[in-house]
Amino acid sequence: MTAILAIAGKEIREATRNRWVLSATLLLALLALALAFLGSAPTGDVAAGRLTVTVVSLASLGIYLLPLIALLLSFDTVVGEAEQGTLLLLLAYPVGRSAVMAGKFLGHASVLAFATVVGFGLAAAVLAAISPPAPEEWLAFALLVAASVGLGWAFIAIGHLISVLVPERASAAGLAGGVWLVLVVLYDMGLMGALVATGGQGWIGDALPALLMLNPADAYRLLNLTVMDQAARMAGLQDVAASVPPAMAAAALALWVAVPLALASVIFSRREL
Amino acid sequence: MNALRGECPMALQTNESGDPAIAVDGLTKAYGLQLALDTLTLSVRPGEMLALLGHNGAGKSTLMKLLLGLTRPTEGRISVLGAPPSPAGRTAVGFLPENVVFSGGMTGKEVLTYLARLKKVDIGTTLPLLERVGLADAAGRPVRTYSKGMRQRLGLAQALLGHPRLLMLDEPTTGLDPISRKTFYELLGELTGRGVTVLISSHVLTELEARADRIAILAQGRLLAHDTMDGLRRTAGLPVRIIAHGVEGAGRGRRVLDVAPEAKMETLRALMDGPLTDIEIQPPTLETIYAHLGAPTGQEDRS
Repeated sequence: MTAILAIAGKEIREATRNRWVLSATLLLALLALALAFLGSAPTGDVAAGRLTVTVVSLASLGIYLLPLIALLLSFDTVVGEAEQGTLLLLLAYPVGRSAVMAGKFLGHASVLAFATVVGFGLAAAVLAAISPPAPEEWLAFALLVAASVGLGWAFIAIGHLISVLVPERASAAGLAGGVWLVLVVLYDMGLMGALVATGGQGWIGDALPALLMLNPADAYRLLNLTVMDQAARMAGLQDVAASVPPAMAAAALALWVAVPLALASVIFSRREL
Repeated sequence: MNALRGECPMALQTNESGDPAIAVDGLTKAYGLQLALDTLTLSVRPGEMLALLGHNGAGKSTLMKLLLGLTRPTEGRISVLGAPPSPAGRTAVGFLPENVVFSGGMTGKEVLTYLARLKKVDIGTTLPLLERVGLADAAGRPVRTYSKGMRQRLGLAQALLGHPRLLMLDEPTTGLDPISRKTFYELLGELTGRGVTVLISSHVLTELEARADRIAILAQGRLLAHDTMDGLRRTAGLPVRIIAHGVEGAGRGRRVLDVAPEAKMETLRALMDGPLTDIEIQPPTLETIYAHLGAPTGQEDRS
């Protein structure tokens, strides 16, 4: 455990030193603040508070930004050290490779959790100062932050998997970009196309909740929608949201953290230097 | 520069059982079709300094990685300090890789503190170690501002963390100035005196000649020789050079003779009968023996 904490501490210190923590926090705060003020004049027949509108907007746009930040933070964690030459010395210490992966994950996960909580929290604090939100709005916001941290962790785990799969940092960067594009952009477009083509009928319509959970970004979206009734109504996805219990969406996201991380650990442990 | 000077702050443990500190038997490591090590059998006694020689790609670094358990043998057995290589076993091992690299943004003190935590070593021992390698004044500076020699000394400091019973040093004197090299070898002498086993590879053969207890020469993964310096000289059978001064009387004239080792004494006696003013005897150097024993040169394969 000492070794895991030491490795995590080093990752956090390095992320702080090279301004990763600061830039990620500022970026998320700027996004949240921009959405808070751009979306602060809800109109129409959907009655929603200002914070709820921000939560829904953040859930929609955070889906692009959080995975990107997480992948940038993690894609080269092993391959980068191997290329830099620091990996050989690290592994010559009495530390198991799974402990190395666990420490790195703990470090990166802490950095991202801090950036998300502080970044989004800043926007919420500003909104609260202007007009105090209702308690259920605070709850929705807290759930959004928790789900966003989960989404970030899932993509950190995917980033770590990428970092042990490829022999060069440049390839890892390319693969991370590709993974982001597929999971965050193309997967939904493909699903949408299939739904439009079939009119939502047949197996695709039936399997939609499951198909959504096969993608961490969609599991995150579902989790937000299932726990936020108002948000689901605003997103027009009540039917899908109603068919998936929140626990299932949360479990899907948790699996998206655990499985890539376990795979990364196994692959790294078998790697010969 | 007072690098590497002063008293060693550590109380070192010794292997008192008499078992070899390192024992490899029939060790083979293949990368695809290429043999990095080929049925290597070797043992190193506790407190011994074994110099590992070989051209680039001879298998020296591969052997160290195998001993650390960072890569698995294709065949053969390895015992390090009485057990197969394992993460736990590395607690008693200090390793300095060739061209050691540290995270550039960290200071020397942070690097050593971080590594001490990984080895579960008292953080309080890091400062004496930094002093020991002459980096106390630079401890608060980022490693990226260090010269190559300073990085190498930091590398040595980390290898000494936690009172290792076995030190594996891959080209440890690269980048060190002559004074630092001298004090570095004095430190190694002190450590071996306390029972620490040292496995060292270097291309600077003159450094090792007088210091290593035994020398192992690797070529293309095979062990060409494993003996003391005297033993290697006997095996090589290379001529001894005798330079006699004053052969023409009154300090004039100089004669250079290359004689077979077994003819050395006879030649000396014959020369002593003449009007010599001085005589020099130059046994074959490790460099000459290494070249003679035939490590092929110019091949860069995987090591």
